[in-house]
Amino acid sequence: MPKMTIDGIEIEVPAGITVLQACEMAGKEIPRFCYHERLSVAGNCRMCLVEQEKAPKPIASCAMPVAEGMVIKTDSPVVKKARQGVMEFLLINHPLDCPICDQGGECDLQDQAMAYGYHSSRYREEKRAVPDKEFGPIVKTIMTRCIQCTRCIRFATEVAGVEILGATGRGEHMEVTTYVEKTINSELSGNLVDICPVGALTSKPYAFIARPWELRKTQSIDVMDAVGSAIRIDSRGREVLRILPRVNDDVNEEWLADKSRYAVDGLRRQRLDRPYLRVDGKLTPATWPAALEAIANRVTGLPGNRMAAIAGDFADAESMFALKGLMTELGSPNLDCRQDGAALDPNARASWLFNSTIAGIEKGDAILIVGSNPRWEAPVLNARIRKRYLKGGLKIGVIGPKLDLTYPYQHLGQTADVLGQVASGAHAFADVLKNAKSPMLILGQGALRGPEGAAMLGTARKLADTCNLVREDWNGFSVLQTAAARVGGMEIGFVPQPNGRNVAGILEGTAKGEIDFVYLLGADEIDMTRLGKAFVVYQGHHGDAGAHRADVVLPGVAYTEKSGIYMNTEGRAQIAEPAIEPLGEAKEDWAILRALSEKLGHTLPYDTLEQLRRALFKAAPNLQQLGAIVPAKWETFGRTGAVTARAFHLPIANYYMTDPISRASETMARCTDAFVAPMTGTGTHG
Amino acid sequence: MLKDQDRIFLNLYGQDDWRLAGARRRGIWDNTKDLLARGREAIIDEVKKSDLRGRGGAGFPTGLKWSFMPKQSDGRPAYLVVNADESEPGTCKDREIMRFDPHILLEGCLVAGFAMGAVATYIYIRGEFYNEAVHLQAAIDEAYDAGLIGKNACDSGFDHDIYLHRGAGAYICGEESALIESLEGKKGMPRLKPPFPAAVGLYGCPTTVNNVESIAVTPTILRRGAGWFAALGRPKNTGTKLFCISGHVNKPCTVEEEMGIPLKELLERHCGGVRGGWDNLLAVIPGGSSVPVIPKSICDDVLMDFDSLRAVQSGLGTAAVIVMDKSTDIVEAISRLSHFYMHESCGQCTPCREGTGWMYRMMQRMVRGEAEVSEIDLLLDVSKQVEGHTICALGDAAAWPIQGLFRHFRPDVERRIRAYRDRQAGVTKAAE
Repeated sequence: MPKMTIDGIEIEVPAGITVLQACEMAGKEIPRFCYHERLSVAGNCRMCLVEQEKAPKPIASCAMPVAEGMVIKTDSPVVKKARQGVMEFLLINHPLDCPICDQGGECDLQDQAMAYGYHSSRYREEKRAVPDKEFGPIVKTIMTRCIQCTRCIRFATEVAGVEILGATGRGEHMEVTTYVEKTINSELSGNLVDICPVGALTSKPYAFIARPWELRKTQSIDVMDAVGSAIRIDSRGREVLRILPRVNDDVNEEWLADKSRYAVDGLRRQRLDRPYLRVDGKLTPATWPAALEAIANRVTGLPGNRMAAIAGDFADAESMFALKGLMTELGSPNLDCRQDGAALDPNARASWLFNSTIAGIEKGDAILIVGSNPRWEAPVLNARIRKRYLKGGLKIGVIGPKLDLTYPYQHLGQTADVLGQVASGAHAFADVLKNAKSPMLILGQGALRGPEGAAMLGTARKLADTCNLVREDWNGFSVLQTAAARVGGMEIGFVPQPNGRNVAGILEGTAKGEIDFVYLLGADEIDMTRLGKAFVVYQGHHGDAGAHRADVVLPGVAYTEKSGIYMNTEGRAQIAEPAIEPLGEAKEDWAILRALSEKLGHTLPYDTLEQLRRALFKAAPNLQQLGAIVPAKWETFGRTGAVTARAFHLPIANYYMTDPISRASETMARCTDAFVAPMTGTGTHG
Repeated sequence: MLKDQDRIFLNLYGQDDWRLAGARRRGIWDNTKDLLARGREAIIDEVKKSDLRGRGGAGFPTGLKWSFMPKQSDGRPAYLVVNADESEPGTCKDREIMRFDPHILLEGCLVAGFAMGAVATYIYIRGEFYNEAVHLQAAIDEAYDAGLIGKNACDSGFDHDIYLHRGAGAYICGEESALIESLEGKKGMPRLKPPFPAAVGLYGCPTTVNNVESIAVTPTILRRGAGWFAALGRPKNTGTKLFCISGHVNKPCTVEEEMGIPLKELLERHCGGVRGGWDNLLAVIPGGSSVPVIPKSICDDVLMDFDSLRAVQSGLGTAAVIVMDKSTDIVEAISRLSHFYMHESCGQCTPCREGTGWMYRMMQRMVRGEAEVSEIDLLLDVSKQVEGHTICALGDAAAWPIQGLFRHFRPDVERRIRAYRDRQAGVTKAAE
């Protein structure tokens, strides 16, 4: 622990940190542009210069390791002059177009110029102009504003794992570019906008929309994947304008995936803002009482086993709990939250959790990825795997389609039977896992769907035994979920009750006419054509597949409009908060179910959200541990049985369009055109 | 004046054979095995005792630099890198060594490489030096064939490979850490220090980067003894030095002379004097483009070594003496240097990237006189904002010539500015 003196304050700091970090520990603010704590050190902006006693010239504090007895001054005339000088240099070729710059108000350059710069410019020469680049539908460039800090280059190379950005040219002709014009083909490209300290990289969909000081900021949780990233929802009036990440080192660090950030315009389109009733085969606007009346008419007298409910991927725990309560009251055992049919074992919590935890990936030293494309299913989690890979000493194996995951891996095979070989110890990768200190299995939904899902789960369970995945203080058996609602649904047991049907059974029942009433709680990903003649109620917020099929549409609210608990793939319960009011006549989802239950004569025993939550926590206590993870008990699950050599079907065919919100988003459509369409090729590509 | 028997570079003008046979005739590769047999410590001690200072410009004691290399390997190999990217404007000394006496460099590589326990030497040669690279490569091949380098070099039991790498013509790649980056195949941009190359250098391994001349003189120092070398010149500024004199002298040349030779003697004895006589001298840049210019009044009696030139706020640099007589537009001359530094700035760090262009543009206006007198102070202030705030020394190198100009020729520039203003006023008046 070196002792040093910073501005006369004696402080003991951990060895190996930089002078900049030490200064922060001493409570001294050091201005910086190129330094970012989650990226490698570049030391090129020279804004963080401080004076070190006995050093001939000021030192770059971001790059200088601390040493015993160092004496640092951060407020001496030398430092002040150095900062003013650097600030002036940064500004001479900066366009100073703050009034028309989207970064205005949240710009590091602006803020630091106010704090550390001269009050006026001494530059009389002509300014430099730099051609803008085309980075795709998400990142807008105004490269004249660029101060060449290279944060974007380092982010793309290190975190996103796409070596696309670099600098060409020398001296004042240095430009950040993609060499040959290319789009930033990464699911994390939106983070470039965040890390750019100036307005060179800004958000294209958000261009000229708002100023930061006009926005109301709501801290919430993302539901576009099952990672549960911490987000901040920026809204103005009744519109959500943008979504930014918050720091949560256990989950998303400070990154956010593009869909989570930019599908936000989908919240303004295709919205259900009033109830609808199907009249003469056509959905027509209706009033709430009429809609509830229509449901009551259909349900009254129907035996429970002829009714079913399916919960979708955005459902919050409260509304699923309320729906489960209602269905139980109505005597129906046919419930399921696994609309993709994944064979998660309702009786074993460990069979549906990412048990190693996301932060635990950094401890792992051997990872087997089965039936998953983490780059699309959980981009932020994938960045964590890459981060671990960059530290070195990580062995990765993949069973499933061969994809670019941003890190190298050993491709063990395309088909499911390879997992069986590893599980039996016949495959060489089994030894890699056995000999690792913290081995991991990342089991994707692609492996658990389909008729052999349960056998796959059982095989994976067997692998956990043969390869010793579960050890003292370590559980490497990690299921990667794709839906934000799934773990919460499993937690409250939104699964077939005794003698009940699962999703496949329900659809079989409707097709055969054995089920007459289906309640879809935001479920859009099932095959609607198999619902047959059943009377379908769709409760949700978007006019997507479910609403198109429905006989009654009840307008619920999206995650930005309600308070709801979501449990991420690790089993971490987190609460999403409303940023704006519900649209039109839409109501909070739990309240709709509460109202319906009263209409049906089975009034649910709670009048407020608080009362509901109290009941919920009693039934599923793990949901009460907000922000924390209750580790799952390690038990047996899955079905024994051989798995055949079938290829996996990954759950996501197009990252940018996976759910009703992103399908309604214009930005996501543009991203599909720019990034996914070229991959699949068009007719002229053969 | 340096006696002929004290010369180290015996074929500086290419009059003798540059190949192995000629080199052997001149005493190169003569019992190199014995030099190595003295052991690492003894060689480094001898070089330390000779007070040899690096010939690349900064003048850092060479023996001390070598002693920074790890004595015991931690498993990583160590490398010697020879900086042959001679790009400092005015400098043409290493070039003469490489084209006419390549073996003296190769022998130096082996000796120095042995002293620091390096497994290989990389010679990074300036891309434009095509013929020099051809000669050097031919010499390397000869040395391999003769068993002088490679496995069991000179029958000493020591293995040492020498590789030649051609640069692509960027001035910044003469900066040691940018050179290492370039050698690794990356963009030539200086690295942050610490860590220094002796700890983390080429491919992350301990590395010492030395100038061609520093390496080339070491075998002779070992053969003739540190005492002989140290007796030449003045204390702390010892030995012989290659001076490259260009500009307004009657016979520009590269010459080996004793350190500390008076500038006037150097020019008059070896270069046929200043064009038009000593009194026609305006100024001299004594050590390559990056050191401040000195006016005739200082040139009259300044000695050519590190400390004497430092005392007059200039520097020996690479000992590239650029002579300017009174026909020179000194402002334009320095402005041209500013252009050079703007062009060669790598663009990595802010003060150099932005400051070199700003300084050049102001200098351009100073050349025409199209400026305010107060802008001279602004320009000097900008140069101070660049100096000492950059990752490498290119920022300093860009600032110093300008500072030197105004230190000695400020009244000239002020006169020029006033003349321009008067001219403009005249034009306006005439128009009225």
